[in-house]
Amino acid sequence: MGLFTDFSFFVCVAIAAVPAYILGIKEKPIKYYGFMVTIVFVLLAMWGKPVALAYLFGFCVFEYAMSQIYLRVRVRFGRNAGWYYLFLTLSLIPLIGNKLLGLTGNPYHILGFLGISYMTFKGAQIIIEIYDGIIKEVSAFEFFYLMLFFPAITSGPIDRSRRFSEDLNRVIPKAEYQEMFGTGLFKVCMGMFYKMVLATSFYQAMLWLGYGSGLKSALIYMYSYGFYLFFDFAGYSLMAIGVSYMFGIKTPENFNKPFISKDIKDFWDRWHITLSHWFRDFIFSRLMMKFIKHKCFKSKLTGASVGFIINMGIMGLWHGLTSYYILYGLYHGVLLALTEIYQKKSKFYKKHKKEKWFIFIEWFITFNLVMFGFFIFSGRFTELMGRLI
Amino acid sequence: MEERLLDILEDICGDEIVKENLDINLVEEDLMDSLDYTELLIAIEENFNVVIAPSEVTREQMDTPNKIIAQIKSRM
Repeated sequence: MGLFTDFSFFVCVAIAAVPAYILGIKEKPIKYYGFMVTIVFVLLAMWGKPVALAYLFGFCVFEYAMSQIYLRVRVRFGRNAGWYYLFLTLSLIPLIGNKLLGLTGNPYHILGFLGISYMTFKGAQIIIEIYDGIIKEVSAFEFFYLMLFFPAITSGPIDRSRRFSEDLNRVIPKAEYQEMFGTGLFKVCMGMFYKMVLATSFYQAMLWLGYGSGLKSALIYMYSYGFYLFFDFAGYSLMAIGVSYMFGIKTPENFNKPFISKDIKDFWDRWHITLSHWFRDFIFSRLMMKFIKHKCFKSKLTGASVGFIINMGIMGLWHGLTSYYILYGLYHGVLLALTEIYQKKSKFYKKHKKEKWFIFIEWFITFNLVMFGFFIFSGRFTELMGRLI
Repeated sequence: MEERLLDILEDICGDEIVKENLDINLVEEDLMDSLDYTELLIAIEENFNVVIAPSEVTREQMDTPNKIIAQIKSRM
């Protein structure tokens, strides 16, 4: 059974939501029941794939062990960078191994199981925050529930451990839970509409009109793919968030009208938000702090530009070790850097940035740059370029 | 301490309005982006010896001068 893809999944969720609702309106904790449901869904999703299931299990135990050992190391040795990087690297090794093996085609499906890319964020986040001294203990139950939480296991949204635990241990008043449940249902329906009606339509347009030769077809492909990608992923995210709500977890939003963005920085606050904010908090900010403290660059702007390019380059690599994903990451890194330089240096920008006509032009340029980014992401751009050369 | 923080904020945001309206929303008003936020965290560490990690508090908990002051005070 595919999570969020098969009809049977939605039937099972509807059935599983009934006891959750009863617990919720009685103001009883939903977490133990929710964890049980999560285990059942993970087993159903991986039915007939015992090897993948074993890897998933091994991965979660490994990440949990790393957090437990590092907690003790952190108490003993304090804020020591060497130990920190060792454990951070260890927590990333399964994902790095999975990506590198992917280059060989990975015929034995080593470390291949659903959600490894997304689960790694959660494991790494915990290690980083132990180093920061923000996390002082990790409960096994909360750890495994966060890792496996079935609405978000395959493709996010990427939740954070402290936020997740707060939801788990909060008694939600009846009226609030009822409203959450209602909002959840609405989000699931809206997500279905996005994914099954809108995304499918754009996909069909792309299939029928986007594969001819010539610039016109390429443009149709670019715009219809961009909208398809949005409605497909935002639709999935809405469903995942909606189902989370029913189980008493306020999984964070992943999209906020990305196509109205007025610049690329604005876009990354609206598109795949939980991913870009993860990168902002755990890579970009930390890199910038290092640059500024060690005075790596003469000008702040140069440092920021390098930071943006490295940050987005890593994001590209995370999507996959494929030329077009890496190109996509670097493309956005360069765009962010150029945006930053323009906004800090241009007198014209500072003078006109609040005027309507200027915002319209900004929006128009951003929209097309974003669409071109998706064109790269789709792999079609490198394919067409390959044909030209 | 408050005065020094407001000087820092004015410097980072490039607008003296942060000294006049202590409840102004720095994010919504486009006065502080993620780069500025990083600078703010470093300045807080250097000036007040208070370390706030980038992921420790949400942006909503640090989006006005008053909230920032409160966050620093609670750690001093």
